[in-house]
Amino acid sequence: MRFVIGLPFLWLGIFFLLPCLLVLAISLGTYAPDSVPPVELGFSFKSFALLFSDDLYLAAWLSSLRIAATSTLVALLLGYPMAYAIARAAPNRRPLLLMLVVLPFWTSFLIRIYAWMGLLADNGLIEQFLRWSGLASNPGTILGTEWAVHLGIVYAYLPFMVLPLYATLEKLDDSLLEAAADLGAKPFAAFLTVTLPLSLPGIVAGCLLVFIPAVGEFVIPDLLGGTETLMIGKVLWDEFFTNGDWPLASAVAVCLLVLLVGPIALFQRNQARSLERRT
Amino acid sequence: MRGRARFAFGMLAFGYAFLYLPIALVIVYSFNESRLVTVWSGFSLKWWHALFANEAMLEAAWLSLRIALVSATGAALLGLAAGYALVRAPRFPGRTLFGSLVVAPMVMPEVVMGISMLLLFVGSERLFGGPDRGFLTIAIAHTTFSIAFVAIVVQSRLADFDRALEEAAMDLGATPWVTFRTITLPLIAPAVGSGWLLAFTLSLDDLILTQFVAGAQSQTLPMRVYSSVRLGVDPQINVLATIVVTIAACALILSGWLTRRKA
Amino acid sequence: MNSGPIVRIEGLTRRFGPIVAVDRVDLEIARGELFALLGGSGCGKTTLLRMLAGFETPDEGRLFIDGQDMTDVPPYRRPVNMMFQSYALFPHMDVAANVGYGLRRDGVKAPEIAARVAEILKLVHLQDHARRKPSQLSGGQRQRVALARALVKRPKLLLLDEPLAALDRKLRESTRFEMVRLQEQLGLTFVMVTHDQEEAMSMATRLAVMDAGRIAQIGTPHEVYEHPASRFVADFIGIANIIALEGGGWMALRPEKITLSAARPALPQTVAGRIVDVAYEGDRSLYHVETDAHGTMTVSTTNTSRAAGDAFARDQPVWLGWSDEAGQRLEA
Repeated sequence: MRFVIGLPFLWLGIFFLLPCLLVLAISLGTYAPDSVPPVELGFSFKSFALLFSDDLYLAAWLSSLRIAATSTLVALLLGYPMAYAIARAAPNRRPLLLMLVVLPFWTSFLIRIYAWMGLLADNGLIEQFLRWSGLASNPGTILGTEWAVHLGIVYAYLPFMVLPLYATLEKLDDSLLEAAADLGAKPFAAFLTVTLPLSLPGIVAGCLLVFIPAVGEFVIPDLLGGTETLMIGKVLWDEFFTNGDWPLASAVAVCLLVLLVGPIALFQRNQARSLERRT
Repeated sequence: MRGRARFAFGMLAFGYAFLYLPIALVIVYSFNESRLVTVWSGFSLKWWHALFANEAMLEAAWLSLRIALVSATGAALLGLAAGYALVRAPRFPGRTLFGSLVVAPMVMPEVVMGISMLLLFVGSERLFGGPDRGFLTIAIAHTTFSIAFVAIVVQSRLADFDRALEEAAMDLGATPWVTFRTITLPLIAPAVGSGWLLAFTLSLDDLILTQFVAGAQSQTLPMRVYSSVRLGVDPQINVLATIVVTIAACALILSGWLTRRKA
Repeated sequence: MNSGPIVRIEGLTRRFGPIVAVDRVDLEIARGELFALLGGSGCGKTTLLRMLAGFETPDEGRLFIDGQDMTDVPPYRRPVNMMFQSYALFPHMDVAANVGYGLRRDGVKAPEIAARVAEILKLVHLQDHARRKPSQLSGGQRQRVALARALVKRPKLLLLDEPLAALDRKLRESTRFEMVRLQEQLGLTFVMVTHDQEEAMSMATRLAVMDAGRIAQIGTPHEVYEHPASRFVADFIGIANIIALEGGGWMALRPEKITLSAARPALPQTVAGRIVDVAYEGDRSLYHVETDAHGTMTVSTTNTSRAAGDAFARDQPVWLGWSDEAGQRLEA
């Protein structure tokens, strides 16, 4: 048993915990463009000060949070009825329906985002459809706007929303709804007072599984967004690879972690609870 | 009840259309004559030929496959140990830290993990002169990232596990190790297997972490794809997408068929 | 071969946090007994059984099996096998592999395993099901596989955790006889945990009634029923009217030892009352009779004729009577 605990513990200590501490150390260093690597170790809050004084970074933080939040909400509104429908389908059809939700997840993330590039491109199919259907006479190019980023996030993370929702909805005992109906609850009231509260752990898990990666997302804003779409993951990437400012990129990483500690802790508590309920 | 169900099934149909239409179009346009993915100009296999003649792309695919095999196997072993320890060792020093270390990589933003692992490898290069950035560093990064996913499936399978089965084995004379080998492992093997598959897929698909730790020489498949699509739409990528989707669909159908046959 | 008791327990104690599940229990079980541990849920009977199997380590006390100290011996080195309440059949192995599992662990050669598995499966009437998976068996068949698996190693002691609890009523009764037959045929010692007093009474050669981690009484079913040692035992086993005696102490009086009649019976002890409740059970009837002297008492009559069930009605004034030897004086 000592070995069973020790091996993964050691591995994660070296390759996960230690790197996180390194990021913290580097973020407190100063940028030294002429040395390799471009850092001078020390104890300075210069990078953090820069992060909070420059409006550009603040705007990137805020728009990351906003885009992640609205995308999560849209994914919930679409994912909940989907999960509900699968959970209410005939038991022998559920595995197939669920597999159809999961299948895109097993294909490449990059390729799924790429699929939208063609669709949203200048004069692409979406634009043609909007014009043909009369929904918008002159929609303009969608690629390169925040709309496209939202769409990409919802599309990429929808399975993460549906799966935990399905897991809680599937366990819901039918007799509870019958009992509610028997006690005089109309279908919608029964939904609000029984189904919805009981699926809350699934809602929390699904929303966090979409929100957390969306905040730090890089590929989607990079490929679908335009120059005016600021997201913090992209800022980190550009500071690191384009500007070579390692301390500043590290400071962004530290802030991103601090920002997500709350949601991550919430997610873990939620998971631990639902695991406990099973044992 | 009925009205709500109809609405839900309508949304389900819409959701499937949303999920699959873009993929379907990508597949269709892999057979397009034209370079443009907005205009259909006739059936052609020329982009298929082009992809299979693309040495750089094939080399990247081979590298990605090897990394995925190694890192998925590493993650399966470490994840199995971690998941087992989390369920079966209720108390040991540092258990809380261990528990968060196991799951944190799953929820950690990839850019953060990428930069932190790169800093580690840069540090070790300065201190110990290695390892060189490339296959090894990518495999280590992918393993670390995937442990969480294996551990979670193993953990939830073990939580459903009837402890009396292990007690029965020990009662019949099996030592703890023999019990694990003959009872526990065969029963959680499907969970370890699906964890391995998940780790394999994640490794094959990872871009961000890889970009940070890859170094100058190694180019994995997602890195090639990324640098290609950044410049715009490329029908060769449509061909690649078609292949990936076909493999994934076949694998899922096969695994679904296998589990059904077993049950 | 040692001729002493097969099991000897001295001051065995097991705590779970602040709860004392088993509290300084002393017990001896003789060879060839079918011994039952009887009690309500949480009385410590299962914990005691699990200490015999080796799944729980006692906090205090010693445990000897066949004269050897087994207190700190792990379960896989004990000459003891257990039949689990859930049966714990390995779902990935067929019946033969399940039954042969323990023999394989002992390094028995394959042909001998096959022979012994076939023999034991025949004994439990499952010779035709050797290649089935547990999921393809009925509840009763699973129970017999579990029994065969625990018996095949010829343990010095067979432990049974609620062996009949998962079966339906009809099957339970026939299985009871079947298990007693097997136990006598093989000459093994069985220790059984049950919450069902009828099961314990009908199967066991001796039984221990447990309460709050301690043994309230040990004896044959007859001794425990007719001579309960305490109010708890009298009340737990069957139905008892507990009557306060003049000059302190109590007496336990079984309902069937009381005569019910319309006129005052010619018995040393009589009391007048009124019927407040009647429960007709087919073979017998139970009456709740309100008396001035002893409060509400329960009386049963055997319905030996078809009219007997209607003999008394609610609100009818009646007389109860019993002989001097009918009741058991209780110390506690």
